[in-house]
Amino acid sequence: MPSRTPLLDDRALGRTLARMATEIVERGRGTDDLVLVGIQRRGVELADRLKRLIDQSQGSSIPCGKLDITLYRDDLQTVGARPVVGETRLPNLDGRTVVIVDDVLYTGRTVRAALDECADFGRPQRILLCVLIDRGGRELPIQADIVGLTVGTRPGDRVDVFVSELDGRDAVELVRG
Amino acid sequence: MCSFRSSTAATRSSWCAADMGGLSLGKDLVGLEPLSADQIRLILDTAEPFKEVSERPIKKVPALRGKTIVNLFFEASTRTRISFEFAEKRLSADTVNVATVGSSVSKGETLVDTARNLEAMRIDMVVIRHGASGAAQFLGQRIRSNVINAGDGKHEHPTQGLLDILTLRDRFKRIEGLKVAICGDILHSRVARSNIWGLLKLGAEVGVCGPATLLPRNVHELGVTVLPRIEDAIQWADALNILRLQLERMEAGFLPSLREYNRVFGVTSERLAKAPKDLLILHPGPMNRGVEIDSDVADGPHSVILPQVTNGVAVRMAVLYLLAGGSPDWAQQAGGGE
Amino acid sequence: MRPILVRGGRILDPSRNIDQVADLLLQDGKVVASGQSLGRPDGAEVLEAAGKVVAPGLIDLHVHLREPGQEDLETVASGAMAAAAGGFSAVCAMPNTDPVTDNQAAVGFIVSQAQRAGKARVYPIGAISLGQKGQQLAEFGELVGAGAVAVSDDGKPVVSSHLMRTALEYARTFGIPVADHCEDPTLAAGGAMHEGLVATRLGLKGVPAAAEEIMVARDILLAELTGGHAHLCHMSTRGSVELIRRAKEKGLRVTAEACPHHFTLTHEACEGYNTNAKMNPPLREPEDREAIRQALRDGTIDVICTDHAPHHYDAKEREFDDAPNGIIGLETALGLAITELVDGGIIDLPTLIIRMSTMPARIFNLPGGTLARGAAADVVVIDPAARWTVEPERFYSKSRNTPFGGRQLRGRADVTIVRGQIVFRREG
Repeated sequence: MPSRTPLLDDRALGRTLARMATEIVERGRGTDDLVLVGIQRRGVELADRLKRLIDQSQGSSIPCGKLDITLYRDDLQTVGARPVVGETRLPNLDGRTVVIVDDVLYTGRTVRAALDECADFGRPQRILLCVLIDRGGRELPIQADIVGLTVGTRPGDRVDVFVSELDGRDAVELVRG
Repeated sequence: MCSFRSSTAATRSSWCAADMGGLSLGKDLVGLEPLSADQIRLILDTAEPFKEVSERPIKKVPALRGKTIVNLFFEASTRTRISFEFAEKRLSADTVNVATVGSSVSKGETLVDTARNLEAMRIDMVVIRHGASGAAQFLGQRIRSNVINAGDGKHEHPTQGLLDILTLRDRFKRIEGLKVAICGDILHSRVARSNIWGLLKLGAEVGVCGPATLLPRNVHELGVTVLPRIEDAIQWADALNILRLQLERMEAGFLPSLREYNRVFGVTSERLAKAPKDLLILHPGPMNRGVEIDSDVADGPHSVILPQVTNGVAVRMAVLYLLAGGSPDWAQQAGGGE
Repeated sequence: MRPILVRGGRILDPSRNIDQVADLLLQDGKVVASGQSLGRPDGAEVLEAAGKVVAPGLIDLHVHLREPGQEDLETVASGAMAAAAGGFSAVCAMPNTDPVTDNQAAVGFIVSQAQRAGKARVYPIGAISLGQKGQQLAEFGELVGAGAVAVSDDGKPVVSSHLMRTALEYARTFGIPVADHCEDPTLAAGGAMHEGLVATRLGLKGVPAAAEEIMVARDILLAELTGGHAHLCHMSTRGSVELIRRAKEKGLRVTAEACPHHFTLTHEACEGYNTNAKMNPPLREPEDREAIRQALRDGTIDVICTDHAPHHYDAKEREFDDAPNGIIGLETALGLAITELVDGGIIDLPTLIIRMSTMPARIFNLPGGTLARGAAADVVVIDPAARWTVEPERFYSKSRNTPFGGRQLRGRADVTIVRGQIVFRREG
């Protein structure tokens, strides 16, 4: 019988994002060459929020893009039904500090696909990884530079991220299998 | 919730089911007639992100990396073959072109033997254009590779139908209730048939317009409106899909002359000027300028002939993407998890 | 040769209006007696026929045996065996062989091959024109002298009306019918199936019904002009049926045949590009099928024949446009006729025997078609109730091109007797 544990409620999520926004500016050494790229789907909403937080506090207008990594998945040949491909729209990446934003970092394969895809769009000066939740369980040598919350999980578990833009509420919950 | 993992069936299936609704196209794309409206919409929706891929600086994604695709063209065709080739290469597939121009009787090898040879070489997908109706289905029934029909005789040309419909959807934002008139040699046209099936399934009203010798006698039984003159079509339609008229029709006695066809049925700017709405003009190409369509119409503001070509690559990428790896045995194996 | 006593069967002999349970005695190749409780002569073989139908052997006026020229598809011998297995004691073989059967040596060859095979009788049909080229008349006298029972250019239509007229007139001298494959070549050219909704959907060029009806009308007019006997092959459309009906009302010497596939299937059978549904004339619409059935009931169409057309598996295993026309039919005809027509309530068993034995013999002036005393002992014992499934791999024919594989049928031949000898007996 699966059990559901809240990890972040809406207020905690807001505080975490605010802290992450500050860290991004710090790690990015300012906003001059900063570009945020959110991974479909919920990474996009999170990147949008981070952009607004950063622009508010820094008085900037940093470019923000969205990336769908479906066509770069390493398991396309074995998956049965074809996954739907979402929208990809990126600003210029050449010479920039690109911050990839995703909701949950798990095996690392999504980020690997995102790195491959970004390389096909241009040559960033530097790429940083920013995730809301790091749940461990890496299968590739990938690490996040900015992390909202680290959670220990087991293989049967699931981390659900809800954002009001898509789900009507803000929350992060752990579902134990 | 976009992390994926190639092992746990539970994670993968919940990801896929949520976005897919379990729809697939099966092994082959033989025509639009066997597809449901949902399947057609799936292809059109999948084509959207592929349009964007063709705008990137590096027009390549690794989705079909390592797949071998043969373009088996028994009929001469430059544009369709090139369009498929771009689609295949932009998906990182390896492509081989086999062109055997001439009738299946004049070549030495039968289609059955060609099929078996391809299968023995472990080809993943075959794109076939052939002069005999039913050739794509014939091939698909005999080899395990995915088979995509790039035009079989007079039967269907499904990717052309799909790109025509996508182009209409781009402009009108809907297909349902749209009035589309297909003009020209309906009798011999696989493009017409694919368009008719696809448009009707998506709820459009379809009209056909051409000389009676070039309309099937029972065409109204398909559910289309017969528009006797091009002027009627121009008054009635939201969009005209103008088919190429072939010289052979005149030689076979279906028409007295191409000149008369242009005078009576040609889409000219004078005729278009009388249209009550802003008619969209489509043409599958290649055009006979001055026969079925005048140059100023083809190059004019209402023409979407070039967007059709762009959409063609995106639609073909979508079809290849949806069919590849989607074969039933593979899905069953993958569904068991690893 | 042992005498044969067929005991206790339902004897159906429409030629003498007989329909009764009785015994039949065959001796020295002839029917010698029929009646109740016939005694068994010494050494006679007894066939218990209770519950079975005993009829004059079936006669198929239209088959294609591919000898000479394509013996891998069928030979006179294999065709004669397939015929016997189908309950036929005699078939008429069309001349579109390779070389064409247009001279007395060729006719004689067929006759001697049939004698050697010793199964069903095979009567050759000679060509109308040399090489079936539609130009020069063949030597009807020589053909008939060597054993031909009719002339035809089947496979092809007789395009020239002048040639058809001449053939009808000349054939009168020998008392033979001229059988025409009714097809207007300019309308039918390139057509692969019936011109209709299914052809439109499949993207195949169609043959309109008018292509057949035009030639039917022409042949009827020429029969009227010449007083000759025009026999119209494999009728398929309701328009043709109408024309023939009116011709018969006028008393013209016009006879007609129809094949089991035309009273069983429609153009829907071509769905999926099934090449075993490709034949000439093509399968038509349900209304045409119904008209053929009714015509078989009221006699507008005189006989059922198969147009048995063997083709190689490879030949049919190709694109629909390129596949050859025709299907085999000798071993399914009786079952289809009983299942579709008798069980379908269109005709009764006696009428079936008329269409498949009595009339064929009569219109082509052949021995058989009757069980009168002194008639040739060509007999078929039919089990009208047997339920069976069509298994093409078990056919006696060398070819397998049939759309009826797997179909459940009712009724088939148990024993076929030709010239007083059993040439086919069903096992088990």
